[in-house]
Order: sequence, then structure tokens, then C-alpha cells
Amino acid sequence: MVDKKENQNIIDRIWSLFSSVTLAVINFSAISLTSIVGTIIEQQAEPERNIKLLSKFFGDSAPTVYKMLDTLGFTDMFRSWWFITLLFIFAANLIICSIDRLPAIWKVAKEPIKPIPPDRFNSMPIKREIVLKMRLDNAKNIVEAGMKKIGFASNQHEENELQFYAEKGRYSRLGVYVTHFSIIIILIGAVAGIFLGFNGSLNLLEGTTSAVAYSFGTAKEIPLGFEIRCDDFDVSFYDNSDTPRAFRSKLAIIENGKEVLKKEIEVNTPLRYKGITFYQSSYNFSSNKDALFLFTMTPNNGKQEDIQFGFDEPFKISGTNVTGKVADFSPALGMDESGKLFTYANLMNNPAVFIEFSEGGKVVHKQWILKRYQETWKTPYGIAVFKDLWGVQATGLQVRKDPGVWIVYLGCLIMGIGLYAAFFMSHSRIWVRLVSDKNNTKVYFAASANKNKISLEQKIDKLIKSFGG
Amino acid sequence: MESSQFFAISSIAYILAMVAYIAYLVFKSSTVGIVATTITTTGFISQTIAFFIRGKEFYDIGQMGIMRAIPLTNLYESLIFFVWCLILGYLIIEWKYKNRSFGAFVTPIAGMALAFIDITGMSKAIQPLIPALQSNWLLAHVTLSFIAYATFALSFATAIMYLAVTSEGKKSGAYIFWTATLGIFLVVLIAMGLDFFVAGEHLDEHGHMVKSGLFRATFKNASGGVAALSYLAALGFMFIMWKYGYVFKKIIGSFSISGEMLDDLTYKCIAIGFPIFTLGGLIFGAIWADQAWGKYWSWDPKETWSLITWFVYAFYLHARFMRGWRGKRIAMVAAIGFVSTVFTYLGVNLLLSGLHAYGGV
Ligand code: HEM
Repeated sequence: MVDKKENQNIIDRIWSLFSSVTLAVINFSAISLTSIVGTIIEQQAEPERNIKLLSKFFGDSAPTVYKMLDTLGFTDMFRSWWFITLLFIFAANLIICSIDRLPAIWKVAKEPIKPIPPDRFNSMPIKREIVLKMRLDNAKNIVEAGMKKIGFASNQHEENELQFYAEKGRYSRLGVYVTHFSIIIILIGAVAGIFLGFNGSLNLLEGTTSAVAYSFGTAKEIPLGFEIRCDDFDVSFYDNSDTPRAFRSKLAIIENGKEVLKKEIEVNTPLRYKGITFYQSSYNFSSNKDALFLFTMTPNNGKQEDIQFGFDEPFKISGTNVTGKVADFSPALGMDESGKLFTYANLMNNPAVFIEFSEGGKVVHKQWILKRYQETWKTPYGIAVFKDLWGVQATGLQVRKDPGVWIVYLGCLIMGIGLYAAFFMSHSRIWVRLVSDKNNTKVYFAASANKNKISLEQKIDKLIKSFGG
Repeated sequence: MESSQFFAISSIAYILAMVAYIAYLVFKSSTVGIVATTITTTGFISQTIAFFIRGKEFYDIGQMGIMRAIPLTNLYESLIFFVWCLILGYLIIEWKYKNRSFGAFVTPIAGMALAFIDITGMSKAIQPLIPALQSNWLLAHVTLSFIAYATFALSFATAIMYLAVTSEGKKSGAYIFWTATLGIFLVVLIAMGLDFFVAGEHLDEHGHMVKSGLFRATFKNASGGVAALSYLAALGFMFIMWKYGYVFKKIIGSFSISGEMLDDLTYKCIAIGFPIFTLGGLIFGAIWADQAWGKYWSWDPKETWSLITWFVYAFYLHARFMRGWRGKRIAMVAAIGFVSTVFTYLGVNLLLSGLHAYGGV
């Protein structure tokens, strides 16, 4: 290919450049080396952050270095024109290389094994020779059965002499090409996702509904085509510790005013509807006047009942003249060393509500009730179980539409198959000649394998042993 | 007994095994060799037991079923698992090739990983799983990644041995490359050993990673003099490596290990590791990221470094088909591949920041 450079026209030259493995490894290096820079320089970050980082290496000239890197696109390099170009060359390289070599390899993969002339037995990578003390007819049956036992269903050829030949894993030769093809599929899927999908986010307060998401960065509204409502958000913790165990949102999909789907999502189990996926990604706490406290109240000599009330809304304890009223609330009540109370997190780690009980307009009792601690539920007027404060937590959803993701996954599956064929399968071939020699039979073995020759050799030796040869 | 006691036994065993294998390499006594293998096997069994006990302890804390009780959730546990895979892979090679000399190259990698755990004082406590980590994809991703890392570590050992056996002349690139790589490796190992004995009290009792714990005794010593001296000593050591590297060549040569066999072993390790890494490291990782974060690829440093490592090994596999690239050059690529692996694994967590919560320290 390279030798005939003189007579090649420009198209041929480009073709041979793009079908070369050399270009591939140069490109691997280029992508890797530039990517290293991309992991050191923080991508899409505020300039100050990177200038601070650079000043560790370059001192006072950091701003200049930053400017240079910024101009070259290194501050957002995975989207820069030259990085995309490298990926483009990568794809073109793969496609052209595959087209260039496919006919030859296809021929090999399609061509079934043929008998070989006796003199080629000596030049095979694996060769063995034994004498069986039996006539050809018997030997023939034994050899054929033995071949079958090690997984080689033999073909038979009889011209001047008897020859068995068999092969396994011929199509595994295509594994490399399947692998390369899968990379192209994955790239197509990725591009499809970029052009046909979107990536956004949505903060939904408990009890509210939205028909749009907001795109990352630009915060532009993206209509969903349906409405989504958050019915509840909840964080659970490991054994009253502050290590979160699960984040859960109860979501409902509403289409044309009708509720069509309800699902509870968690991190790692998103909700999919009409090609749009909602992921549990964050949470917020916002004080909200309309929030409701949910309690289960069991008065001292009364029946258990569920009650709910707002911040400024006194509630009556049935069977008494006592009313309760929220005086204070903390989502995460903690106590410092001097015994002072404070709020230590803005998540509902340890929700606590301070209730003032009054009778005849006079405050008669005040008490903190903590959701986590049963001891605090007992009041002079009965048991007050603090179940939840509803309407103050907002679930942070990541909203994504990516029609390419299934193409990407298909590519991954194909890659798995291709790699398996390329590395864990081999194309192995065996030929056996049987030559009658008086009452005995001489048996000649020849074999080859493109991978894992040793294992084939061991198989043949075991077979020979089983013949007692 | 608790898992930590069994882990301790295995750590001591691997470090003793390292000494034994090196002694075996030097003295060539078959008794020493058998002792080395026995110690390694004991350590391996003990570690296997420890792994199960820790799983049980984890199960009791999390109460989330067996799949959420596999102890592979933080840097400490993953390093331990890496060592386990590495030793398993080594024992298979030793048994298949009936050759113990690789042990002297493999056990130091295990010793280094174990010393690293103690010096940096990373948390060994069982931590309950945060929501993002409760995923079977993540589990498959982590398990397969570390199996692949272990095969890459083996290929690193054989590639360096290959270069040692085949390189000629002190001025050749291959000779300088392998003596320098092995030199840096040994300098780091010795420095970590010194940290282990000298700077042990610098550990943080809260179980938090103390980044400055590493190299406290040497390069990062509070006294500038000691630090400067350490650099000088390291340079001196590197020079000695370069000057007397050929002794290694003689020792390895005397074990009837041919360059061809080492080249073949390097390829085999990578040929097993590469598909596993592709599937487990890249594909399963991407699926997990997709499930947990809503994005299968976001070019964060950990992902990008995995991709870089993948490209280096793709380079290795393809360079075999290029004229003039067989032999020494691709052995160097294999060695660089492992350096990149280590960086993906540790460097990203220790030196670069990213959105990966996994293994955060
Ligand atoms: C990162 C992307 C790539 C991966 C993961 C990959 C993977 C592989 C694998 C696994 C093999 C088999 C190696 C072996 O059996 O030892 C291979 C061989 C090969 N690859 Fe790639 N490849 C990639 C990109 C490319 C590109 C861009 C080209 C374009 C020239 C290319 C051309 C080849 C050729 C010509 C072979 C040799 C096939 C043979 O003769 O058996 N590869 N590749």
C-alpha cells in the first residue's frame, strides 16, 4: 500500500491514511493527552477557580496562561471544535478501516474448512502422529467419535486416503469487526442524544404541579407535553443517624387533566414517561406558609385521630378545652455543648416542632415534639405523634430526554459480544489423516488455532491418550 | 473473630511473602520458594474468610439484602479487593507456569496497596450505603473494574520483567525506561515503608484520610533538610538502579523465563483485562451513571481517566499490528497502561476533584 505512493492520487492517499492503524494509535494518543489537560483544568468553571489552580504552577503569569488555555478551548475542551474533530477523525478512521478490510476478513469467515494435502500436515503449528493397533475401519469409527467428544463434528474426505477435518469458532474472526462496528453505533447514539434530546432540571415543592422543565445553564423553559406533580418527598436516615438511607419522591403524571401514572422514585430508580425520564437528584427546603403539620393525636381519654394544621392555625384537642399552636419549627434540631438548641441542617434530618398549649387564652404548657424520638411525643393531654411536615420540601428532579440512549445501549451490547468473540473465542481447526499400515492404522493429526493454541494442543493430546496411542 | 483480624493476618502474610519471594529470587532455594507460596496461600485464605465476615457485618448494619452487603463500597474495601484479585491471579500463574519468580514482582504491588491503606489512614469503618451507591450496576461495575485492574497489575509486572530481560546496553531507551519505572516504584515502596514505621502517629484517629500522611517521613517531611535528603537519596537510588539494573536481568534470566513467554503473558493478562474493563469499567459504569445521575457520560475526571486508560490499552492491542512495534515498545505501552490505571484509581480521588461520590475520601 505504502510502496506505491507515487501513482496514488489524493483520494487514494486519504483513503490509505484513514484505513491505517497508525493513524488510529496517533489519534488514541492525541485524545488521551488532551483529555489529561481536560481533567486538570476544571471544565466550564468560573475563571477564578482555574486561575487559582494555575497560579500554583505558574505563579504570577497564571492569568496569561489561563487566557491562552481559554482561547485554545481547554476550559470547555470536550465541546471544543478541535476535540470534536479528533472524535470525528476517530470515527472516520474506524469506518474506512473496516470497509477496507471487511471483504478479506469476510472471505475468511465465510470459507469453510477444506481438507489439506498430506504434505501440509508437517507445516501446521500443531502436529501429532500415532499408530493404532487396529484396522482402518475400526480406527475410523474411534477417531470420528473421539473428535465429536471434544466438540469437533467432522467432515470426511476420501480420495487417496481417509481424512477427517473439522473446525470451531470460524465466525469469531469477525469479533474484532463487531467491536469496531459497535463503537460506531455508540457514537451514533451519542450524537442522536445531543441533537434530539434535552437535559434539564425541575424543582417541585410538595403539592405543586409543573408542565415544564428548565434546561441546564440557560434555564429556558422546556414544555414536557404533560404535567407532573410531586405528592410527597421524604428522606430516610440510617437508625436516627444523619447518613441518608433513601431519598424518595411520590410523583404523579397528569395528562389532559387526568392522572395517568403514579410512581415513587428513588435515586437509581427513575420514572420514565413518553421518552422523558425524571431522576431523583437533589432536594430543597423552603419555608412555606401553606405547609401542613401532620399529627396522630391520642387524647388521654379519647379516640386516636389524624389531625393536620398550618403554622398559624390553632388546633383543638378533642374532649378538652386545650388548643395547641405551633410556636417554632426546626427541620434538624440539634443541641450544642452548652445546651442551646439550634438547627444543624436544612434537610429534614431531625424535624422538631415547638407547641404551645393554651387554655382560656393562657399558655399552660410548652413542649418540643421530635419526629424521631418517641419520648417526646407524650404530652400532658395525650400522645401526639409528629408524622410529617408536608409542603416544605421540594424534590430536585433531573429531567432528561435522550432518544439516543437505546442506540448507545445496543452498541454496548454489541461491543460485549464482539469483545467476547475477539478475546475469549478462537477459530480452531483440526485435520486427521488415517493411513492403513498392514493390520495397524497410522493416524496423523494437524491443527491450528488463531488464539489459545495451547488449549487446543491439550485437547488433542487428551484425545490421543484416550485412544491409548 | 472479626473481619479486621483476618485482614490483619493476610496483610502480614503478604508482606512476609514479599520478603520471601525476593529472598527466593536471590538465593534460589526451593525451600524458600515453597515457604513463600505457603505464606501467600495462607494470606489468601485468611483474606477470603475476612471478606465473608465483613459481608456478614455489613449485612447486619444495612439490613438491605445480600446484594447490598457486598463489601465493595469505599476506597479501603476496593483496595483490599484489588489485592485479593491480584494474589488470586498470581497464584494461578504460579501454578500454571510452575514458576515462582514472578512473585517477587507481584507481591510488592500488593504490599504497596496495603501499606497505602495504613499510611493514609483511610477509614476502615463499615459505612452504610448512601442512596446513590445502592445499585446492582455499581456493584458489577466495581467488581469487574478491580478484577481488570488486577490483571493490568500482573501485566505491568511481566512487562517490566520482559524489558529487563530483553533490553541491551545502559543507554538504550528500553533499559532506561524499565530501570526508571522500577526505580520510581521501589522508591515509592520504600518511602511508604518508612512512613509506615516512622510516621505512624500522624494518623488521624477519626478515620479520616490524612492526605499529608503519605510521604510524611520522607519527601514531605516537616523538616526541609530531611525532605531534601530524601530527594537526593531517591535520585541516588535511581542511579544505582540504572547502574546495576543488569543484575536483575541476570537473576531473572537464571530462572529460564524467556522474553517470549513474558511477552505472551503480558498480552494474555491484557487480553483478559481489556474486555473486562470495557464491559465493567466503562459500560456498567455508564449504565450506573445513567440510572443514578441521568447521564451516561459527563466527562468528569474519573470517567475521562477511565477512557484514557482504555485508549492506552487499545494502543497496546493495536500496536501489535504495526510494523516495528512488537517487543520492547509495546511492553513500555503496557507499563504506561498500568500507571494510567493507578491514576484512574487513586490519582483522581487524591489529586483531582470530581462529582464521583464513589471512593471519595
Ligand atoms: C478505541 C477504539 C478501538 C477499540 C476498543 C478497538 C478494539 C480492537 C480490538 C480489541 C482488536 C483486537 C486486537 C487483538 O486481537 O489483539 C482490534 C484490532 C484492530 N483494530 Fe481496533 N479498536 C479501536 C479502534 C480502531 C480504529 C480507529 C481502527 C482504525 C484503523 C482500528 C483498526 C483495527 C485493526 C486493523 C485491527 C486488527 C485486526 C486484525 O488484523 O486482526 N481499531 N481493535
